Amino acid sequence: MPDDKDHRVMPGEACPVPLPDHKQIVLGHGSGGKLTQDLIEKIFLPNFWNDCLARLNDQAVLEVNGSRLAFTTDSFVVTPIFFPGGDIGRLAINGTVNDLAMSGATPRFIAAAFILEEGLASDDLVRVVESMRLAVAEAGVLLVTGDTKVVNRGKGDQVFITTTGLGVLERPGEISADRARPGDRILLSGTIGDHGMAIMSQREGLEFEGPIESDTAPLHTLVAAMLEASPEIHCLRDPTRGGVATTLNEIASRSGVGMEIDVRTIPVRESVRGACEILGLDPLYVANEGKLVAVVAPEAADAVLDQMRRHPLGRDACCIGEVVAAHPRRVLVKTEIGGSRVLDVMMGEQLPRIC
Amino acid sequence: MKYLDEYRDARVAQELLEQIRGVQKRPWVLMEVCGGQTHSIVKFGIDDLLPGEIELVHGPGCPVCVTPLELIDKAHAIASRPEVIFCSFGDMLRVPGSKCDLLTVKSRGAEVRVVYSPLECLKIARKHPDRQVVFFAIGFETTAPANAMLVWRAKQEGLQNVSVLVSHVLVPPALEAILDSPWNRVQGFLGPGHVCAIMGYREYEEISARYKVPIVITGFEPVDLLEGVLMAVRQLEGGRAEVENQYARAVTRDGNAAARKVVSSVFEVCGRKWRGVGPIPQSGYRLRAEFEAFDAEHRFDVGAIDTQEPAVCISGEVLRGIKKPHDCPAFAKECTPAHPLGATMVSSEGACAAYYLYGRHLKPDNRNAAGKAGQAG
Repeated sequence: MPDDKDHRVMPGEACPVPLPDHKQIVLGHGSGGKLTQDLIEKIFLPNFWNDCLARLNDQAVLEVNGSRLAFTTDSFVVTPIFFPGGDIGRLAINGTVNDLAMSGATPRFIAAAFILEEGLASDDLVRVVESMRLAVAEAGVLLVTGDTKVVNRGKGDQVFITTTGLGVLERPGEISADRARPGDRILLSGTIGDHGMAIMSQREGLEFEGPIESDTAPLHTLVAAMLEASPEIHCLRDPTRGGVATTLNEIASRSGVGMEIDVRTIPVRESVRGACEILGLDPLYVANEGKLVAVVAPEAADAVLDQMRRHPLGRDACCIGEVVAAHPRRVLVKTEIGGSRVLDVMMGEQLPRIC
Repeated sequence: MKYLDEYRDARVAQELLEQIRGVQKRPWVLMEVCGGQTHSIVKFGIDDLLPGEIELVHGPGCPVCVTPLELIDKAHAIASRPEVIFCSFGDMLRVPGSKCDLLTVKSRGAEVRVVYSPLECLKIARKHPDRQVVFFAIGFETTAPANAMLVWRAKQEGLQNVSVLVSHVLVPPALEAILDSPWNRVQGFLGPGHVCAIMGYREYEEISARYKVPIVITGFEPVDLLEGVLMAVRQLEGGRAEVENQYARAVTRDGNAAARKVVSSVFEVCGRKWRGVGPIPQSGYRLRAEFEAFDAEHRFDVGAIDTQEPAVCISGEVLRGIKKPHDCPAFAKECTPAHPLGATMVSSEGACAAYYLYGRHLKPDNRNAAGKAGQAG
């Protein structure tokens, strides 16, 4: 193996030297956890550094001739490409719509690039594209440009889609992951783990009473309703890869604040909990595609929560905790039985446990 | 969720804590044997809730942690072969051997798959008759029946392209090794619930009588663990030493006869080396001679790999309950789940990893707990 020399034990060390930084990309680099952070901080940020990128939000907010635009891009690779509650096409539209919405913008235009693997059934492509058409209509955006490439069989996985989105910020004010303040309330728009477990149980052939469905949905109308209730929304994130745990840690770390949440307030569907228990996963780390976490000024929390619950995508919304000045950059969780623990960022991929 | 919520009920947990406080008069050191129990204790913050004079130390029952280094290196050598589809339980993928982990082997082009049941390997083998399907058969008595069944079925079906890399270990010899140690501090055990669901608990009755130590076969949910602690403390305070079964909803005295039968027809007891602990006689399983053809070590001729564990961290002492994770100067510094130095940091069930994942080194109000453990170590 080529990099053996990098693992040798250094003289005088009592312990074996830690495994060095990966010489190859491993799947964990795409997990949204610590390895992904490493990749961003060590490779992307130093090369592309600018103030806008350095804010590390899911979208850039740009001033162009007096207008404020939100701009984002996202790639979608998922197996299987069709799953209960959605498919890769719907996911690709909603994902980008949501990244725009998390800045408070109204999503307007989408670009889509397709990488197709030789041998993909044309019917499957048609199904994916029709689903995208419906998602575009539902979100009220226009798909205005795109690109197609085909790669050799075995060099891709059926279809990869990259979407880029442009939105317009119509209200003043700034929503950003670095704006959480002690005292702010942490709101969650509904049940967690649905998307990740829909994919996982489809992959593993787990069956429950009725399938677990992905929650993929466009969230911009929910965000608009929330902003109508109060402009005092400080941070918005959709907890996709890495789940709610990763999102909370990102906000805590970007804002330099602590957080305290109560696990008993977090809604999880029975079927999702069951699947998580079987596979040894923690729903707090499982991906969502139609949920948001909001950090809201305390005096605005009730009004915002009220408005969320009136929206079909926020019916199960709840307050899950509070931003605190103590233990900056740490998220503490109160457990089911009243104990407490730190909720840390996931290392790489969540791996199912043996027993 | 039924069968789960009632065992995570805060009110019941508080009542049990109250009873423990009422019963406990003197300080006691208890060991929970299983990694799954350690994980729950830290995840739910149980050790924080217990009276300070009851110390929980974490046992050797993490199969991923105790799998010896050389076997992991063998797994990497086999997985790297182009004809092999290497199948494993998920948490074995991140365990470092002497050079790298299976995830890295995979990123270099090896075909490594996570399976939930060993029997999935049969399906994979039937689907890929031109490939060699190898399963990393690790674990305690809990996973032995399913692993044995894989070999049994492969032989029955005449599947030539299935083999297993066996690293099975057994709990009772490890408990004896702990109790025999001159440094032993453990005064009572929370016994391994899932192991006993398979094996029953007659073996533990012998140990309990011989060493005069209470053993409470215990489940994995917070209420189970608190009830297990209560039962063990009652025995200790009352001067009793016997086996009690807290986990009666899953465990009987004789265990699962059908599972034990398939295990004993495929495996036989042998000496095994435990990572961080060393060799323990009669402490594991190997394939019986009539199943030797399914032994991956024979099929791929990797018997020669003999890696020495580099000068070690304290995981051996952690696995035997002599020290706690934060007694190690490298804990959460040089040694993290991303860069594990030793056995107990690699699996989520390892004591060090559980402490790390649930932020024991970060928790602002944990200085007391750390101090407590420090004195203990």
